[in-house]
Amino acid sequence: MIKGKFIDNLPKVYGLYTGGFLVFIIIMAIAEQAGMSAKMIGIFFVSFTVLIYALIGWLSRTLQTDAYYVAGRQVPTVFNGMATAADWMSGASFVAMAGGIYFKGYGYMALLVGWTGGYVLVASLLAPYLRKFGCYTVPDFIGTRYGGNLARFSAVVVLTVASFTYVTAQINATGTIASVALDIPFEIAVYVGLASILMCSMLGGMRAVTWTQVAQYIVLIIAYLLPVFWISNNIGAGFFPHFMLADEVARIAELEGQFGFVKNSAADLATVPKGLSAITKPHSAVNATPWAFISLAVCMMAGTASLPHVMMRYFTTPSVRTARRSVGWSLFFIFLLYSSAPMLATLSKISLMDPNLATGIIGKSIADVQALDWYQNWNQAKLMFVSDFNGNGTLELNEFFMKGSAVVLATPEIAGLPYVISGLVAAGGMAAAMSTADGLVLAISNALSHDVYYKIINPKAETAKRLIVARILLVLIGFAGATIAALEIQGILGSVIWAFDFAMSGLFFPLVLGVWWKRANAPGAVAGMLLGLASGTAYLVWVRSGGAGFWGITQLTFGIVGSLVSLVSMIVVSLITAAPDAATQKMVDDVRVPSGKTILGKQH
Amino acid sequence: MSKQEQHWEKTRNLLFITLAIWFVFSIGIFLFGAEMQESSIRPFGYPLTYWFTCQGSLAIFVILIFWFAGRQEKIDDEFGFTEREGDQ
Repeated sequence: MIKGKFIDNLPKVYGLYTGGFLVFIIIMAIAEQAGMSAKMIGIFFVSFTVLIYALIGWLSRTLQTDAYYVAGRQVPTVFNGMATAADWMSGASFVAMAGGIYFKGYGYMALLVGWTGGYVLVASLLAPYLRKFGCYTVPDFIGTRYGGNLARFSAVVVLTVASFTYVTAQINATGTIASVALDIPFEIAVYVGLASILMCSMLGGMRAVTWTQVAQYIVLIIAYLLPVFWISNNIGAGFFPHFMLADEVARIAELEGQFGFVKNSAADLATVPKGLSAITKPHSAVNATPWAFISLAVCMMAGTASLPHVMMRYFTTPSVRTARRSVGWSLFFIFLLYSSAPMLATLSKISLMDPNLATGIIGKSIADVQALDWYQNWNQAKLMFVSDFNGNGTLELNEFFMKGSAVVLATPEIAGLPYVISGLVAAGGMAAAMSTADGLVLAISNALSHDVYYKIINPKAETAKRLIVARILLVLIGFAGATIAALEIQGILGSVIWAFDFAMSGLFFPLVLGVWWKRANAPGAVAGMLLGLASGTAYLVWVRSGGAGFWGITQLTFGIVGSLVSLVSMIVVSLITAAPDAATQKMVDDVRVPSGKTILGKQH
Repeated sequence: MSKQEQHWEKTRNLLFITLAIWFVFSIGIFLFGAEMQESSIRPFGYPLTYWFTCQGSLAIFVILIFWFAGRQEKIDDEFGFTEREGDQ
């Protein structure tokens, strides 16, 4: 049912799926009018979509290594673009990004530039060449290009550190959303999220993850765009917000000047629940130094090009040419959401701030705001807070507190949209977090099962045994991630940014130079990976424990230190040791030519 | 120079052009963020730097990748390195 014919029928299958989902939204809207409770709507949205993903996961089950590791290398360009976009856009992009822009403005928008610009590096430096290589995993490329188990194992170490940091954040996000939508405690919701993630990936590996990710992209993009367009039209800001919010941006700047940014005293702030903040930075002004902006953007770009769960999506296309084009489609689908995030932040802010709008609360009396339904709900969930610090009875800009993640989740309610939209947004957030977690858990377990178990420990293992090991590892890694996520050590966004820095520290130059510098050899690559990762981690620990840092490099940009050490050590060690042998040089030459057989052959 | 060396030279030149454009819109312009914000050029009415961070640079990257892919395909065709059915 899924083979051959399924690939030819993709537009029809996903067209029907999208239509079905829209019908489901309409049914929910009617049910809401008929008196269905907000809680039930939330439960329906999240459980219905998760069940669909699980069904796709089950239909895509497989017993072949080629299908399990690289979806049989037959995913068409545009669909691979959608799957990559879902793989890429995590809970952080969906739930946290608009909130970050809302609170921090320009300085934060470096992430938008970084998380898109990185794809230019992926397309031009790496993806087509790794596709030609024909590997199953990223360490597979490192291990074969440089030769030797040590290089392969070092790549697995970097991959695991970076991806594991990332995946705990995603499981955390699924838990947060599941706990709000299904109304269960976070510690339990984390495992509900994990179970959904495993259902999508365990039976069918990459093939199952691919087709669920496409389904998840469709849900998450509808869930993100619908409220943005709706609110914009509702407040008369323009029917196409992306091109029409200039007046609102100017109006926010005017209101900011009028209200002023009052700094709260430490004693006042101590009464605010943890993690909530007030608006303290201007919305559209340039509020960061060039270096602060550029260093963060550079880290995110290099990190993008080094994160294995993204790279491995381009192993699934039918050819080198389609891999290249697929990167373009990926970025196009990502662009649809990323260019909407600042618009959502703008609409959310104008809805709250503008006294001319019915939804505006700044300048209203505190008692009135505290009586609002939505305020009470979100206050109860510890995501919103108001307090009359100056005792004048009206709400000031510095007296309204919100959690970053609440901006996306609560804006539909604040702007007076029906609850069905909030349910849809919860389903979208769940889709975003699940699709990324799937890709990450699979990236780690594939590296461990293929590179460590099959290539290093037991090269004679049969296919059936390899796939059983892969699945056991998948479950173990999922549980480890959920256990750490339940501890809530670091916020969602912080962990995500760290993951990029780790990946960049250890993998960026060994990957790029593997294609672009023939002289690079195994000792150089090992030095680059291990010293890069070690120095980046050391810098992070140093800054976290109160170290002053240097060159204005913070705990969010430690990848600059790691990757520079990686680059220098890789070049120095490569040059003082013997050049790669003729066979390796020939291999690099072959990688650079798109036509002909893949380096590793079809089955391996 | 062999056919393969010529192909690689062209590929490398394309890479340099692509990365130069990428550099301008991901790093170069943000060196002058504060100055550009004051510019009288306001796409769709947005302040210039603000527009680049939320739409301009992002859209340019999308176009750049498709342009790059097209050019690279031309180079591959020129040297007869285009993949055929059954290559994998």
